Amino acid sequence: MSARDAAIAVNRFGLGARPGDIETAASDPHGWLAAQIDPSAIPGPAQGPTAREGLVYLQTEYPRLRQSIERSGADPEDIQRQVREFLREPRLAHIAWRTGAAVTTQHGFAERWVRFWSNHFSVSSTSLQTAVAAPTLEAEVIRPNAFGAFSDLLRAAQLHPAMLIYLDQALSVGPNSIAGRFLDRGINENLARETLELHTLGAGGGYTQGDVEALARLLTGWTVGGPRLRSAREDYGRAVFDERLQEPGAQPLLGQRFAGEGPQRAHEALDFIAARPQTARHLSSKLARHFLADDPAPRDIAHIETAWLQTGGDLAAVARAVITAPSAFDPALNKFKTPEEFLISSLRAVGAPAPNPRQLYGGYMALGQAPFSAPSPAGWPDHAEAWASPDAVLKRLDYATALAARVGRESRPRERAIAVLGPVLSEATGLAIARAETPEQGLTLLLMSPEFQRR
Amino acid sequence: MTDLSTTRRRLVVCGLAGAGLALPGAAAAFAQAPRAAGRKLVVIILRGALDGLAALAPLGERRYGELRGELALAGGLPAPGPFVFHPALETLSGLFASGEALAAHAIATDYRERSHFEAQDRLEAATPAIRDGWMNRALALMGSDAPGAVGVGQSMPLLLRGSAPASTWAPAVLPGADDDTISRLMDLYALDPMLGPALARALETDAAASAMSAMSGEPGMAGLGARGAGPQAYGLIADAAGNILTAPGGPDAAVLSFDGWDTHVRQGAREGQLAVRLGALDGAISALRQRLSQDWDRTAILVVTEFGRTVRINGAGGTDHGTGAAAFLMGGAVRGGRIIGDWPGLDRLHEDRDLVPANDLRSLFKGVLAEHWGLNRADLERSVFPGAGAARPFEGLIA
Repeated sequence: MSARDAAIAVNRFGLGARPGDIETAASDPHGWLAAQIDPSAIPGPAQGPTAREGLVYLQTEYPRLRQSIERSGADPEDIQRQVREFLREPRLAHIAWRTGAAVTTQHGFAERWVRFWSNHFSVSSTSLQTAVAAPTLEAEVIRPNAFGAFSDLLRAAQLHPAMLIYLDQALSVGPNSIAGRFLDRGINENLARETLELHTLGAGGGYTQGDVEALARLLTGWTVGGPRLRSAREDYGRAVFDERLQEPGAQPLLGQRFAGEGPQRAHEALDFIAARPQTARHLSSKLARHFLADDPAPRDIAHIETAWLQTGGDLAAVARAVITAPSAFDPALNKFKTPEEFLISSLRAVGAPAPNPRQLYGGYMALGQAPFSAPSPAGWPDHAEAWASPDAVLKRLDYATALAARVGRESRPRERAIAVLGPVLSEATGLAIARAETPEQGLTLLLMSPEFQRR
Repeated sequence: MTDLSTTRRRLVVCGLAGAGLALPGAAAAFAQAPRAAGRKLVVIILRGALDGLAALAPLGERRYGELRGELALAGGLPAPGPFVFHPALETLSGLFASGEALAAHAIATDYRERSHFEAQDRLEAATPAIRDGWMNRALALMGSDAPGAVGVGQSMPLLLRGSAPASTWAPAVLPGADDDTISRLMDLYALDPMLGPALARALETDAAASAMSAMSGEPGMAGLGARGAGPQAYGLIADAAGNILTAPGGPDAAVLSFDGWDTHVRQGAREGQLAVRLGALDGAISALRQRLSQDWDRTAILVVTEFGRTVRINGAGGTDHGTGAAAFLMGGAVRGGRIIGDWPGLDRLHEDRDLVPANDLRSLFKGVLAEHWGLNRADLERSVFPGAGAARPFEGLIA
């Protein structure tokens, strides 16, 4: 059954088949996946401004622009509009680059792996600053660390400017620090809470409100450099450690005492949390849920967890465990594609040139999953119930209809169905496509078929 | 929870429209049969945790100014007892004044941790096991008498998930598929237990909404982002819900989600981020009041949030995740003009940080379902709110 395994490798673990992909993988589907567990398989570097460039713009150019417009007596609404326009183009260009990389890559598994971690460390555009910074964490943190040690990934993600701003760490001040005493400012525990609840131990991972507060104190000092802190010019827009903000004194976290000072203290605390067995359990479950089933089998979770614990969270070893899990090649298509997965796999299947950045973004919006705008720090949901609502199915149908209209008479749905689904194509879908009135209608039915909507 | 009885003060406030006792006979009479017919119930979930102490501020409390710091209001719109409504809540306070809105303060589910996600699940499921929503269980209980229900937005809220049918609706942005393709796809989905029913329900709801939109000659809701439910979208979501609820053959129950209440940073007082959201919420209430004017006497709108926020201002001019929250119930069917339940005051705080959760949200949910939709008490306890017997329903909510 290696043709079926190849279709599963390409569609379940990759981002969906382009015509020809299943044939490429057919001689050794497992080897095809394993070869992608390699930093060089990850597309990059990304296009667009870095976090630092974007934030420096907001810290320096933006106030100047405001001032000059205010002096000229222009409408303040006008300033906001100009800035939004300025920020919009690079953002759309970045999303277009990222989509293009996913649509054209031969290493769909490596790119899916990146996107899993990007969603795990989700940052949404909720303000001007996060609008600039949100797309950069994936490029600057996830892509370089996706097959490295989880502890390195965690540290880089939590202390990246995008995360520091998004979860309010940039504004947190140790109440007994120098700044805390003079400015009467205090702790913000948002990043600490989400670190424990979402990024490492998981809800029910055995921590208390006291641990949240302790971690919040341990993270103090880490912030984003800029004029507000009177940072050196070269530190603007960067994650910096400012000792004036650090809460002094030893902190007990999860039964361990952290007594040090300086930037290392946060590193040590994060490393400690990364190595907890609850972290291995939480992330193994989440990986099994993403790759295998909404409600994954305990033996699949255990398989991934064993690799995690044996290697201390080496993500290359963990990725190998994911593709060798007992249910990895189960013929049942247990995962309903998210809107983004559907959009990308449909573009891969039709081989059409990606639409222009504005149209592309409109497509993501219409389907309900615009990149870098997850509804909460938990990221996008990873279970069918969240995505298979009646209205969402109708929106997918509208999208498929529009895409098929764009591809037109070149749709060739019968050949395409065999090429992108292989043995997974059902008799009923094959028949419906064959009976379609137009190639466009056939392609719409292929993209909306139960087996194309799942992986 | 410890000895609340010794510290909390009974809130003895006669509402602006006068309060009275519930009529015991009335509820019994309604329990007979489909009281629900045509009775609209809208639930608005404020996701992210509304600061109840900003919406309904206890200005008269001794420690109010000291605890709230720069978040303290100097004044507001009239409310009974120590309270004022936030100045942005004009419509809501107007409904309160005319006896069509009531409030509950210091109210929470039985969840005592501080995770948004878990708390929202608990708010909607009303059970520790997160399987289905209490509104769906109520609909299931009503069987063939159940009103239609719709979640306005792209995904089905947990409140409406479960065995009873419910739909979702969000405005289309892209051109749609033609009828022939749809019917072929319906055939292809005949054996698909998930996609088949989903597409069928979507088509029913879409037909109702577009019929209504065509009749009113309105340009549709093109401005409503596909996902975004931030303040700029509240009014559009409310308009869409109003259209669907008043369409011929449309549903009687709707669930709306308004995002963006997690005000950790620079929350603001009379003006600022929270004031903008409160103003948008008030605008949405006003939109529903207008669109539902024909049905207003049979309408109840419940506004709830997953938990409250810390009583003290934090280091960033905001508030953090708390416990006791505020909730509001309004509509022509509501016996309003009152603040219901107990008020624990601010002298003693839950874990020295949060408003004491003196009242149970499930008491409010039960009261609304019992009196507005006529569900009987035993069924509610057994099938809709199992294990929540201690949360006794509020009585006399509905006229």
